Amino acid sequence: MNNALPLLQLSSIGKQFGGLSALSDVSLHIRRGEIYGLIGPNGAGKTTLFNVITGLYQPSAGEFQFDGKRYQACKPHVLAQAGIARTFQNIRLFANLTALENVMIGRHLRSHAGVFGALLRNLATRNEERAIARRAHELLHYVGIEKPGQTLAKHLSYGEQRRLEIARALATDPLLLALDEPAAGMNATETESLKALLQTIRASGITVLLIEHDVKLIMGLCDRVAVLDYGKKIAEGVPEQVRNDAAVITAYLGAEAT
Amino acid sequence: MKFNSKPKSLLVALAIALLLLPFVTDALLGRGWVRIADFAMLYIMLALGLNIVVGLAGLLDLGYIAFFAVGAYCYALTGSPHLALAFPSLLPSGVHLPFWIVLPLAALVAGGFGVLLGAPTLRLRGDYLAIVTLGFGEIIRIFLNNLNAPLNLTNGPQGISRIDPIKVADVSLNTSQEIFGIALPSVHLYFYLFLAFTALVIFISQRLEKSRIGRAWMAIREDEVAASAMGINTRNLKLLAFAMGAMFGGISGTLFAGFQGFVSPESFSLIESIMVLCMVVLGGMGNIAGVILGGVLLALLPEILRHGVVPLQQALFGKTIVDPESLRMLLFGGALIAMMLYRPAGLWPSRVRRRELDTDEAT
Repeated sequence: MNNALPLLQLSSIGKQFGGLSALSDVSLHIRRGEIYGLIGPNGAGKTTLFNVITGLYQPSAGEFQFDGKRYQACKPHVLAQAGIARTFQNIRLFANLTALENVMIGRHLRSHAGVFGALLRNLATRNEERAIARRAHELLHYVGIEKPGQTLAKHLSYGEQRRLEIARALATDPLLLALDEPAAGMNATETESLKALLQTIRASGITVLLIEHDVKLIMGLCDRVAVLDYGKKIAEGVPEQVRNDAAVITAYLGAEAT
Repeated sequence: MKFNSKPKSLLVALAIALLLLPFVTDALLGRGWVRIADFAMLYIMLALGLNIVVGLAGLLDLGYIAFFAVGAYCYALTGSPHLALAFPSLLPSGVHLPFWIVLPLAALVAGGFGVLLGAPTLRLRGDYLAIVTLGFGEIIRIFLNNLNAPLNLTNGPQGISRIDPIKVADVSLNTSQEIFGIALPSVHLYFYLFLAFTALVIFISQRLEKSRIGRAWMAIREDEVAASAMGINTRNLKLLAFAMGAMFGGISGTLFAGFQGFVSPESFSLIESIMVLCMVVLGGMGNIAGVILGGVLLALLPEILRHGVVPLQQALFGKTIVDPESLRMLLFGGALIAMMLYRPAGLWPSRVRRRELDTDEAT
């Protein structure tokens, strides 16, 4: 792949829910290796855009390119295969499975054993299973979950559950890690260590897309930021530039009644 | 639970006990009970098949007995003189395919029916799925009931009789055999055949559960959206679960037809689907040992009542006051309610379900 090309390029994405236009004409691009922030007031369409990128919603208009290929109306598992992994705003772990199993499931699409492999449990399957388990252990350690892998996902603390979601997403070997409000509900210490984790992930070569309400976190972490309001992109640029943008200030604070 | 983590000696002891079981049962309780044990194993196979669909993939199926029916009729049609009625000139003596050829074909046909049920219901969950599968089960039964005209395919409510007995290496299991000087009546022979198939089904269930496929099924059960976002092709895996479960049902049904020598639609009513589902739920959803326990208990309960309650009432009151069949439903309902109150995860819950319930109280 040509490294000069953006990893993700959205062209005029629109999404209608009945008569409601949740997104209209949103175009943006995310470069390889950057941390890209997406902010906007409540209901601005951030999560909708996120769901379009990860295949949960099909766009009503426009298309996007990811890693040099065009995608239109794809199922989530196809995009996961292409290299987009995500976390959810309201944590969606496999709550009754263990932490380790959660991460192992993330390896599903990078492993191959089918029914016959499972029945015969031949050398290839056994090796694959071992590799899956080993990688899952590594990832748990990587995101800083020190509890035993046999702990049920729902018994982890809130911050650990957020991290487990990241570990599960990383298990899919993504090119783009898309995080939907990862710091929501975290205290200052947890946010700080999340920030460190995201920087480590970026340093390992994974591009990060971040939706966040915590403006301080976004400004301190992101290379570039886009602002959505009423389903439209109203600003894009480096954090400093976006912070002083008149349209952004209006969107967040309201227009002066002059 | 994991069989191979147990000490080997325990496994050997269990195997010997099972091999001796028909003789002990025969001597203590009579031959009828060996037959009951044979039926119990058919139910265990069914329950293990349904456990894949309900316990692992979390797809509530209320029409599961339809796959049992498909398997049974596959062998009934291809292993009996019946088709001579429908095509007298073409097949003057019916079709008599060997059991061992029909068995894999019947499993495939049942698996195909599983996909047929799965494909239109992919978007449905929980109670909606239950309603559609319930309808599917009834459709199959009603078809079997009515396909005797204009062309007599299934012989309608009268069912198909004179099904060829199962043969193993040219030895018919319907006649007593003598091996190494030990007389083996027909029910004993079927007992060992079914025991071998049950062991195979247990083995397959275990291997599937502890595999990449099994994990993907559990992921779908836990959260389908998240599973899909993690790259699991939920459509294919749900269809696979339906097909695998249906194949177990088909195998069990084929064995049933060969054993019984007769099939009719009334063996495949809704209550049978519910019984199998109860075996899964009562024993412990998702846990193979629990499902086996549930199967044994629920298959034996009506027989114990039939053989125990009537003589007891005769002795006490001189006549039968409560019909064992109604008593069965009463006890059954009572047992389910008691279980929901005291052992909500089943009699022998899977490790995950147990922990899950333990801590729901703590949180």
